Amino acid sequence: MSDAWVVVAAVGAGTIVIKAAGPVLLGGRPLPERVRSVVALLAPALLAALVATTTFGSEQQLVLDARVIGVASAGVALLFRAPVLLVVVVAAAAAALARLVGIG
Amino acid sequence: MATDAPIRFELRQGAITAVPLAIAVGLFGVSFGVLSASSGGMGAIPAVIMSVTTFAGSAQFAAASVMGSGGQPVAAIAAALLLNARYLPIGVSVAPYLTGGPLRRFVHAQLVVDESWAIASRGEGRFDPHRLVGAGIVLWLAWVIGTIVGAIGGDALGDPAALGLDAAFPALFLALLVGQLRSGNAVAAALLGAGIAVALIPFAPPGVPIIAAAAAALIGLVRR
Repeated sequence: MSDAWVVVAAVGAGTIVIKAAGPVLLGGRPLPERVRSVVALLAPALLAALVATTTFGSEQQLVLDARVIGVASAGVALLFRAPVLLVVVVAAAAAALARLVGIG
Repeated sequence: MATDAPIRFELRQGAITAVPLAIAVGLFGVSFGVLSASSGGMGAIPAVIMSVTTFAGSAQFAAASVMGSGGQPVAAIAAALLLNARYLPIGVSVAPYLTGGPLRRFVHAQLVVDESWAIASRGEGRFDPHRLVGAGIVLWLAWVIGTIVGAIGGDALGDPAALGLDAAFPALFLALLVGQLRSGNAVAAALLGAGIAVALIPFAPPGVPIIAAAAAALIGLVRR
């Protein structure tokens, strides 16, 4: 089995179990307050880490290239409350344009 | 079992309310398909199967980006599942409102995503299970069909970097992040998570900095 299929199978099975755990196993019981307060912060912490690694990471190095210009443009689009798809298109276009003129 | 009129009404209400969101989710699916099918991605067929089984956009993009940057499969799996850990409390929140036996509850639980959960919410922590199912089915179809369209079209695209597709990943994560910053604690966890990841990039294999950033969520224990 290739790496891609291993990831697809494991993420799929794991997600199905996570989603089903509350409704099937716990029934109506709530999670402990302390567990809930940590789990609620996992998504912002991980998404911010993903922004950082996909903007500055290249193999095992920190680099500044056209992606930074793309992400900065995305930030401006978000300030104007642009929808997600437009934000992504703006970022890609800005990065492509920067490369076209020889930046990054 | 006869489906009575109020249930059919709520199912339809959920589905109709989900349509505008489904268009956005479908286009989001197209971008997942394109990025996965273009060179360096996981491939078209794995991407489609992932959308069918996982049905969670941010986790799928996270797995794809770790794989695309040369990370180990185990790092991609851990990053995706940590992101989906939020479905544990979300699942718990809707659990009292789901009806029927374990199998029915299991299937309905799979239709819970951020958007269907929001549509099913009736305020004060109460949920309509039929709206959840109606919205969930529409969103799932949009996500899967979008991925298929993107995966077929993505093969035709050229060099992802020249098209700026490598900047699409961080832009997407940034847009998803903004939607999560609803409290001071969330902002603090985000800043700390980003800091941990940047500090580890030069020293750890791809994917590991993202998993390590999960430790930032522990500030939920000390700060209220």
